Amino acid sequence: MRSHIWRPLYVVIGIIFIVLIIRVFVVPDSFGIHERGYMYGWHNKADENFWKEVKVKYRSSEYCKDCHSNKLSLIKQTPHAVIQCENCHGPAIGHPENPAKLAIDKSREQCLRCHSYLPYPTSNRAKIKGIDPESHNSGVECVMCHNPHKPSMGGLK
Amino acid sequence: MITRRDFIKYSMRGIAVTAMPLAAMELIKPSGLFASKDIKKIRWGFLVDTKKCVGCGLCVRACKLENEIPYDANVSRTWVERYVLLKDGRVLADSPKAAIGGFVSSRIEMGHGKYEDVKKEDIDKAFFVPKLCNQCENPPCVQVCPVGATYQTADGVVLVDRKWCIGCGYCIMACPYGVRFFHPVHHTAEKCNFCYHRITKGMKSACVQACPFGARLIGNINDPNDEVGRIIRTERVSVLKDEFGTKPQVYYLGLSKEVR
Repeated sequence: MRSHIWRPLYVVIGIIFIVLIIRVFVVPDSFGIHERGYMYGWHNKADENFWKEVKVKYRSSEYCKDCHSNKLSLIKQTPHAVIQCENCHGPAIGHPENPAKLAIDKSREQCLRCHSYLPYPTSNRAKIKGIDPESHNSGVECVMCHNPHKPSMGGLK
Repeated sequence: MITRRDFIKYSMRGIAVTAMPLAAMELIKPSGLFASKDIKKIRWGFLVDTKKCVGCGLCVRACKLENEIPYDANVSRTWVERYVLLKDGRVLADSPKAAIGGFVSSRIEMGHGKYEDVKKEDIDKAFFVPKLCNQCENPPCVQVCPVGATYQTADGVVLVDRKWCIGCGYCIMACPYGVRFFHPVHHTAEKCNFCYHRITKGMKSACVQACPFGARLIGNINDPNDEVGRIIRTERVSVLKDEFGTKPQVYYLGLSKEVR
């Protein structure tokens, strides 16, 4: 064959060769076909560990009970027992070391998540005791009068 | 010159070869046979009981804080939708800011800054539907990724490799459920992964733990003693957009046909 055909072909083969050499250094060894086959499992296996090692922030009420058992046993006797401590007190993360103090959400909006009355006949929302946020002491924080750890009317401050 | 005997012989061979299934060509791999019998293999599945959801949005907040998605950005790995069906036949649905602050008003967001106040007398039915990634058995988002940055693990969870993602957005387009978005900080594709760091440690997903009403459950559906697996096997459950053939693994109790 003539050299004017071979010369560009050499260039193309050279480029392919360079790309393959770069690939050896850039693509990690753990990259390849894994359990779910080529269509769904073509990936870097090492990345699974990245996702497994994400820091856990919400530690659950089980984590709180060792030190705050008095508060926990109190709330367990009320309808608010179903609510996790961290839903209002914020994620524990590394408490008590880091953070030493948790920022408690005492806002009106927090209570209204469930206790703003919505007239939805086919939803459990309508079964929760609720108020109309516009007419019920508008602008005042609920915790001024109500105790979220003792939500019954007997717990009024 | 071909004899009659040879002709019949060759044609019989030909028929035998064409009739042989392709599977017979495959060499038997003992490891493959062993794996197919392994019922101990984990498969994470999710169950949403829409009848228990009250639209408080505590799941959405827990998800955002647990998975470090900027709190005020209008993207979320999970969200709660509100459906209000009116007596005049109209279906109103909204999910303001992914319902991170819950549903506190009966005013329904109609888009373009418009709201509609619905009166109690006009409502036929109204309910809340939590949404999250379906961790499909046939994930279309994984198929379209041109670089192998999104993939499915052996236990069925679809993950995104942030170091490998080039941000082309094909997967965001491919997902029929709209669960993917760009992470505002990392600028790579982002999605719910059932809190992979929690479930692999034996904990529950952040949204499951945060839900006060038990509307969200997660479990290994291959485990015969698992609660989620038991409900899926023995009760009437449905999935979203079954017709797409993606085989979603988030099952719903009490879904209505209006839910898309």
